[in-house]
Amino acid sequence: MALKLSDLKTSAHNDWCPGCGDFGILNAVQMALAEMSADPSNTVVVSGVGCSSKVPHFIKTYGVHTLHGRAVPFATGIKLANPNLNVVVEGGDGDGMGIGAGHFVNSGRRNIDMLYIIHDNEVYGLTKGQASPTLGLGKKTKSLTSPNINQSINPIMLAVASGYTWVARGYSYDVRHLKDLIVKGINHKGYAFLDVLQPCPTYNDIQTKEYWAGEGNLDAAGKPKPRTYKLEETGYDGVVRSDDEVEMEKKVQQAVLKSFEFGDRTPIGVFYQNEFIPTYEERLAGRSPSYKTNPPAVQDIARPDGTPLANIDKIFEDLRVF
Amino acid sequence: MKRDDFSWMIGGVQGSGVDTSAQFFAKAAAAGGLQVFGKREYYSNIKGEHSYFQVRVSRGTIRSHVDTVDMLATFEEETIFRHALEVRKEGAIIYDPDQDPKRLDQIPTIEANVRAALNAEFSRAGLSADVKGMLELARRRGVHIYPVPYNDILKEVGAKHGESSLSTLQRMLNTMAVAASFALLSYDENVVKDAVRKQFKSKPKVAEMNADAVGAAYDYMEEKYNGSFGTKLSPSVVDETRLFVRGNTVVAMAKELAGCRFQTYYPITPASDESEFLEAHSEIDLDGHSAQENPQTAEVAAMKAKGSIAVVQSEDEIAAVTMAIGGGLAGVRSSTSTSGPGFSLMAEGLGYAGMNEVPVVVTLYSRGGPSTGLPTRHEQGDLRFALHAGHGEFPRFVLASGDLDEAFYDTVRAFNYSEVYQTPVIHIVDKALANSDATMPMFDVNKVKIDRGVFLKEITDAVNGEFKRFKHTSNGVSPRAPLGTKGGVNWYTGDEHDELGHISEDPVNRDFMMDKRMGKVDLADKEIPIAERVNFFGPENADITVLSWGSTKGAILDAMEWLKQEGVSVNFLQIRLINPFPTEYATKILSKAKKVVGIEMNFSAQLVGVTREKTCVPIEQLVVKYNGRPMSAEEIYDSLKMIHEGKAPTKLVLKHGA
Repeated sequence: MALKLSDLKTSAHNDWCPGCGDFGILNAVQMALAEMSADPSNTVVVSGVGCSSKVPHFIKTYGVHTLHGRAVPFATGIKLANPNLNVVVEGGDGDGMGIGAGHFVNSGRRNIDMLYIIHDNEVYGLTKGQASPTLGLGKKTKSLTSPNINQSINPIMLAVASGYTWVARGYSYDVRHLKDLIVKGINHKGYAFLDVLQPCPTYNDIQTKEYWAGEGNLDAAGKPKPRTYKLEETGYDGVVRSDDEVEMEKKVQQAVLKSFEFGDRTPIGVFYQNEFIPTYEERLAGRSPSYKTNPPAVQDIARPDGTPLANIDKIFEDLRVF
Repeated sequence: MKRDDFSWMIGGVQGSGVDTSAQFFAKAAAAGGLQVFGKREYYSNIKGEHSYFQVRVSRGTIRSHVDTVDMLATFEEETIFRHALEVRKEGAIIYDPDQDPKRLDQIPTIEANVRAALNAEFSRAGLSADVKGMLELARRRGVHIYPVPYNDILKEVGAKHGESSLSTLQRMLNTMAVAASFALLSYDENVVKDAVRKQFKSKPKVAEMNADAVGAAYDYMEEKYNGSFGTKLSPSVVDETRLFVRGNTVVAMAKELAGCRFQTYYPITPASDESEFLEAHSEIDLDGHSAQENPQTAEVAAMKAKGSIAVVQSEDEIAAVTMAIGGGLAGVRSSTSTSGPGFSLMAEGLGYAGMNEVPVVVTLYSRGGPSTGLPTRHEQGDLRFALHAGHGEFPRFVLASGDLDEAFYDTVRAFNYSEVYQTPVIHIVDKALANSDATMPMFDVNKVKIDRGVFLKEITDAVNGEFKRFKHTSNGVSPRAPLGTKGGVNWYTGDEHDELGHISEDPVNRDFMMDKRMGKVDLADKEIPIAERVNFFGPENADITVLSWGSTKGAILDAMEWLKQEGVSVNFLQIRLINPFPTEYATKILSKAKKVVGIEMNFSAQLVGVTREKTCVPIEQLVVKYNGRPMSAEEIYDSLKMIHEGKAPTKLVLKHGA
């Protein structure tokens, strides 16, 4: 059954500011899910806390709006309990790389088959515009009392270094391109990270829609030159094509180098993709083969009368002394 | 006070096989039909610090440790300095005479205050501050000293097996110390040999050499000390199947039986052993109690004959609890195990589970706090915190087990309560239980019932594809459908929410949802049978009524028996389900009690406080302990006696422990 975009909309009132970049990301996610004919009851959108983290309420799939910084571990639990689910994690940059940074890094070590989208607008919107972990040193967005004295995190580099096996960046006002990236990220076998540049029209007066469109960045002819460009249009290839370690290393290095480009020429598209790393689900099945054939959420644990199905006689036998 | 048991202690440098020796002693005793209770004390350290293990054996029921040491087996000097004076008159110390010249000031791991106290003893007695002097001190108190030249005996055993490496032979020191102990007790040599063979069953050559070491130790002890020790230990014939188990293991196997299929943890003492056990047993047999009723293909049947528990080591305890809640949302019985510091990090996650009515079980192995506290020592200091962990108001059920048997069945109940009432359950298993080893009659799996509450396999009442997960119902419990259930979708949020799970700040909805969630405590109070919530021991009317919880149970019961022999009647109210608190029952018992004594392993008598608040019964007499070492049966006996005789202060603080 084909899924229409309207099938994925909910009646929950959307209270984002007019012009918020979150809308573009929400649309792109819905378009991607519709294009993939994702079964809403088999799809779970998990988020943290912040403006962007309200997103599950606007998508008619299962939605889990969690705690600040904890979207990833909640999603990890959901996906590992039921590996058949399609899990998409969304949250802000502060949520993922500030309070949730430990999870951002450590989830990279697992390579769970899910997509993590960060709405990256360089500010904490819902608490009225404080600097977020992606705001550059010395920058002063409008509600800061003085320029930012923290250095920024490079999300792409951090993701690659942490072990994410698909790393990309999109832009919230290039919705079609973003939709394509989301489809790729969901289809990727392993842990996918998508950093989405997103204007905050209320608190970020530097990285605005106009800024990304090229305001003040004129070419020789005096025309504004957009500050984003698409990696795939430059012949950049981030895809690992064999399990050769030398190739993997080269692609990692290439992605890290590319991640330094930011500002007047900011790449969007796929930086790195590697499907030769076993997923966490496969690793669990390596420890317990039944994890694959009879994963936790589909296992029966009791008969109708409440009698447990597990038989622990072997354990008893090991511990028996008389 | 008449004891019908034997208390054996072994000590040594952590990492040198103290645990192995104690396990060997305990299993050999258990194999002879004796009941065993073992208590392990160790420092937060990998190698080098002192650790000791006390094993109490008896023909009858045994539930606690005692302070008295009947026999101390040693293979190095520190154990002699630390424990020689704990050995009773007519008791025994087994040691290696090579240790004689070792001086107290050569042991850096002995604390300055312990050293000073011992030096004072030496100068009072006019003895040298070395092993020889120490043993002379013990001898003057009536303790029998048994030198055993381990190395000489080992060399003979080695020669027989063509093994001359001293370091290899010294791996059998543990075997020697245990065998020498049993030999003094005239315990059946063959039972000991069989036990050591079983211990090394994967290495037949090592097993035989160890069995020979047992024989050599027996020969030596018989020749040298034949019949000189007054106490004998003989095997007993019993007609029941018995296990030898540790607290962590009991909880782990009960989790598998209970259907827990997702466990998360961040390494912490004394909780991690449980998760590691689950990891090692993550493939689960499902064939036992299911004669798969529905006809299915052989392929499907084979697939369903095995299940698995996913065990995840997380990056911290925040992740551990939130992952487990994720598992709960996906409809899987999920839990995490931790101790105080980790539990502190879980507080916010617990609130989310409460707010979203997610079943999740946290097994809390309480240890000495606050902060890092006494990481490897015992305390019951986290009760108040468990009852209130997390900001705001939501139901947190708190269940505390008193012994290994309760820990098994309570583990299953924790999951049942959690699913039936759709809320987090904190199961407190204290360190004394976690690290106690004991023989137990086989658990009765037929007593175990799984109750998943109102759990939907399919959504049939969705409107426009939207399912009311938090639907208004008469008792406050709404049907729960796991993420992924066909027929609809719904939302979850940490914000206050409406029936669909969407954010709502509406005051009418807020009142409704608060009443719904908090009402589940009253519902559970009405529904959960009192037999699952309390234990009451002893006569209906007694001179003293003890109020306590957790692992003090065994020592209290033992002390009660001794006091009964002396004509002091004691009864005992043990609270197991502390929230919802059994207010009606406790009020009934306590309000007619002659004298209530609260006994707890914490500074402020936390359960007494809770009980006062719930029942309005004043409880004045406290017996508390917070030095990190569990209460012994003797300590409780002495305290209750003092109280009975009117000689105790209202807050009696127990101090024993090494």
